[in-house]
Amino acid sequence: MSIFSAANQALAQALNDVLGDKIGELIEHRGQLTAVIPSQHWLDVAWQLRDDPNFAFEQLIDLCGVDYLGYGDDEWETAEATGSGFSRGVDAFGPGRFSWEERPEAEEFPNRFAVVVQLLSLAHNRRLRLRCYAPVDDLPMLPSLVEVWSSVNWFEREAFDLFGIVFDGHPDLRRILTDYGFIGHPFRKDFPLIGNVTVRYDEEKERVVYEPVEIEPRVGVPRVVRRDSRYVDNRFEGREDQSA
Amino acid sequence: MSEIRNFTLNFGPQHPAAHGALRLVLELNGETVERVDPHIGLLHRATEKLAESKPYNHSIGYMDRLDYMSMMCNEHAYVRAIERLLDIEAPERAQYIRTMFDEVTRILNHLMWVASNALDLGAMSVFLWAFREREGLLDSYEAVSGARMHPTYYRPGGVYRDLPDQMPKLAESRWRKGKDLERMNRWRQGSLLDYLQAFTDDFFDRVDDYETMLTDNRIWKQRTVGIGEVSPERALQMGFTGPMLRASGIAWDLRKKQPYAKYAEVDFDIPVGSNGDCYDRYLVRIEECRQSARIIQQCIAWLRANPGPVMLQNFKIAPPTRSEMKDDMEALIHHFKLFTEGYCVPEGETYAAVEAPKGEFGCYLISDGANKPFRVHLRAPAFVHLSSMDEMARGHMLADIPAVIATQDIVLGEIDR
Repeated sequence: MSIFSAANQALAQALNDVLGDKIGELIEHRGQLTAVIPSQHWLDVAWQLRDDPNFAFEQLIDLCGVDYLGYGDDEWETAEATGSGFSRGVDAFGPGRFSWEERPEAEEFPNRFAVVVQLLSLAHNRRLRLRCYAPVDDLPMLPSLVEVWSSVNWFEREAFDLFGIVFDGHPDLRRILTDYGFIGHPFRKDFPLIGNVTVRYDEEKERVVYEPVEIEPRVGVPRVVRRDSRYVDNRFEGREDQSA
Repeated sequence: MSEIRNFTLNFGPQHPAAHGALRLVLELNGETVERVDPHIGLLHRATEKLAESKPYNHSIGYMDRLDYMSMMCNEHAYVRAIERLLDIEAPERAQYIRTMFDEVTRILNHLMWVASNALDLGAMSVFLWAFREREGLLDSYEAVSGARMHPTYYRPGGVYRDLPDQMPKLAESRWRKGKDLERMNRWRQGSLLDYLQAFTDDFFDRVDDYETMLTDNRIWKQRTVGIGEVSPERALQMGFTGPMLRASGIAWDLRKKQPYAKYAEVDFDIPVGSNGDCYDRYLVRIEECRQSARIIQQCIAWLRANPGPVMLQNFKIAPPTRSEMKDDMEALIHHFKLFTEGYCVPEGETYAAVEAPKGEFGCYLISDGANKPFRVHLRAPAFVHLSSMDEMARGHMLADIPAVIATQDIVLGEIDR
């Protein structure tokens, strides 16, 4: 159990006291609290966070899906390059660099899909972030929160549409942002940025036709992860410090 | 006798009162609305996915194109999320500039809103009047960033450049000449701050003008009083924020409750409604225009007295000046790395919200330590507001649908993302 900042101390304490073993993990990063909730407690915790006056999270501000496939991967070697020299090649890993046929295979990947919720309590003027990993990757399914906060309705539809996360108990789980008859879940990391089909108006057939996408996948800037002292220590202060 | 059934009506996607490409499937019983099913996504551009494939700074311009009526506020949320993960703070002058332009943006948005709302409900003059003032404010956007609609002005670590010392003047043309031109250039003799000062001094009277046209107007009140009423409890449940929430009687404003930039330093009031109907939402937004003008004037006073840097002097995230690059090898290297690779953001996640004109605009950012975001999610206020369309419009007449759409102040750019 890490130590929390003064602003979050009270909330962290209350979460531990009241919810205790229903919380998987409690993390503070940059002054914001995140509680990781196991999926079997997802609905229970939501009800309690809304109705318990210690928490009083009246509003669900946001819900979004996350696909953690490829988290932390980079396309271009930088860390050990001084010994071997920089490679010229770039691994085509990012969603903008492959087509559907060449998409990376998602192997066994624990906790690939997650749902992240931002809560707001007006009474206490504080925020809390919840994260819940879907138990199964092939068919990620979580209980719907629509009974607890009705604002979640369209957010869950969006997460279903873009990530294919199914919300059990949602009254109207239809696609929301993509085209009528769209196939696939476009925000998954193994879905190409260029998509699979293009649409155009065919003058001969006098109707709109769908065709396989023709453009080449292309992204200009490679994805690079740097973990040298500047970034690890976060010494972003001023010009004077840069020589240090 | 044949059975009488409800019929469905397709509203949009090409309809002037739909405020963009919005399609509503209405189920009507006579003229009474039984059910509304909004079909959105006709403007979906996958902004969040595009942002994952680009270095952080490349996506600032995309933010302008979300809610294209409140451009700089969207940038503010995104930039603030990056700044929080980098653990940096913009210089004080940049924060005042951001506060000032957030409020310029709020006026821009509310003017567009009152203009189009009045037009939807049959009042033409307000539309023309409000666009006259919008024109003046768009000129201030242009003076500071070079673009009237999509400025890309806020950057992590500050703003792109300082305010111009000289407000550009209008040139003579077939349509602008003689006395007219002289009148239009009268405010533009000094700096941008002089111009905004003159504009805001005049603006209070202009808001009074709109109020003269609408506030006690019998037709306006018939079309808005008691339409789309939302109780405070339902407003919270449905995730309302901004003027939509305040009109229902809940005094909640992030600028006051969770201040960012320099909102803690300026003095302003939060208008709150009581009935939660279209008319109250109109009153709240009109009063917010006046309060925004007040904030702008306070920022002008501070900015006049306090020159200083508007960007962090940190070449890892902000480019060096041209002159520094000419005689400093380090500066040249930094410039090259910054524009070819960008900067890496330390691993972590954050949610940064601003009080955009339409409500809470938030940016949830996950970084895995790369030079591109791992995941960006943008919380658009209009997305949540539109999702309550069914509940707000149910039981009203077909003619009230434009009133309800207009009162939600939706922009499909941010709903569809």
